[in-house]
Amino acid sequence: MTLLSFINYWAVIILMMTGYYCMIVRGNMIKKVIGLGIFQTSVFILFISAGKVIGGATPVLREGVERYSNPLPHVLILTAIVVGIATTAVALALTVRIREAYGSIDDDAIDAAEEDDRV
Amino acid sequence: MLLIVVAVTVVVTRDLLKATMLFAIYSLTIAGLFATLDAGDVALTEAAVGAGISTVLILAVLALVPRYEHRRAGHSLPALAIVTLTGAALVYASFDLPAFGQPGNPVHQHLGAYFIDQTYADIGIPNLVAAVLASYRSIDTMGEAVVILTAGIVVYALLSPPPRPRRGKEDER
Repeated sequence: MTLLSFINYWAVIILMMTGYYCMIVRGNMIKKVIGLGIFQTSVFILFISAGKVIGGATPVLREGVERYSNPLPHVLILTAIVVGIATTAVALALTVRIREAYGSIDDDAIDAAEEDDRV
Repeated sequence: MLLIVVAVTVVVTRDLLKATMLFAIYSLTIAGLFATLDAGDVALTEAAVGAGISTVLILAVLALVPRYEHRRAGHSLPALAIVTLTGAALVYASFDLPAFGQPGNPVHQHLGAYFIDQTYADIGIPNLVAAVLASYRSIDTMGEAVVILTAGIVVYALLSPPPRPRRGKEDER
């Protein structure tokens, strides 16, 4: 039980916060979608690294292997990846609609367009 | 490490095409990481879906929108503070989590052990991930298919009506 045994969590946290920052700060819609993707994949890494057993093998049953890694997180993350791409697709479709309606995909430009509209 | 460098570059760059390509590299690196973490099926899916489909989708949208980010989109100190604070709290919480890769961790005790022991007797295929996905958790997988269908319907609904041009938008641009 050393500090090294937590390094996977810290890598996940750094990636997660990178994606979070990208979502908060970047006004560009596509950048927000990419930030969401980074956030998502950090969660995937969290699950997969929780399922890893040191000295274990890929969970495909075969002769001569004693210890397998846990298959359950892999299953959950397979589902999550596919759902994630569905979310991304919807977000990008919304981006295209916003571009059509406002002529821009940047936050402040859209705000300005809103203001113009109100006047 | 490489992952973190690539992720930060993705956030910093203003060129959206460059960001998309870096995001594809990032997904591919993640797929390699999954492969080393014994998750072959997930690595394949991530390489196909994350690095493949999502890159194609973003590129398709990039064909319709300007390539460069707005100039004024800069960095903000309050956001950085919030992010650092959240990250610090999570690091503090991570000390309560079980250590990486130990076979005695709680996650390996119940269902995981059951699946490894019983799947071959129950289902009869050696690939545990496929067996669990398609049999034990088949309802969940069907729900996933419903999500995909819903997303498809929503994308179609969003993109099918002809764009209504807003008055007075063209001259300011």
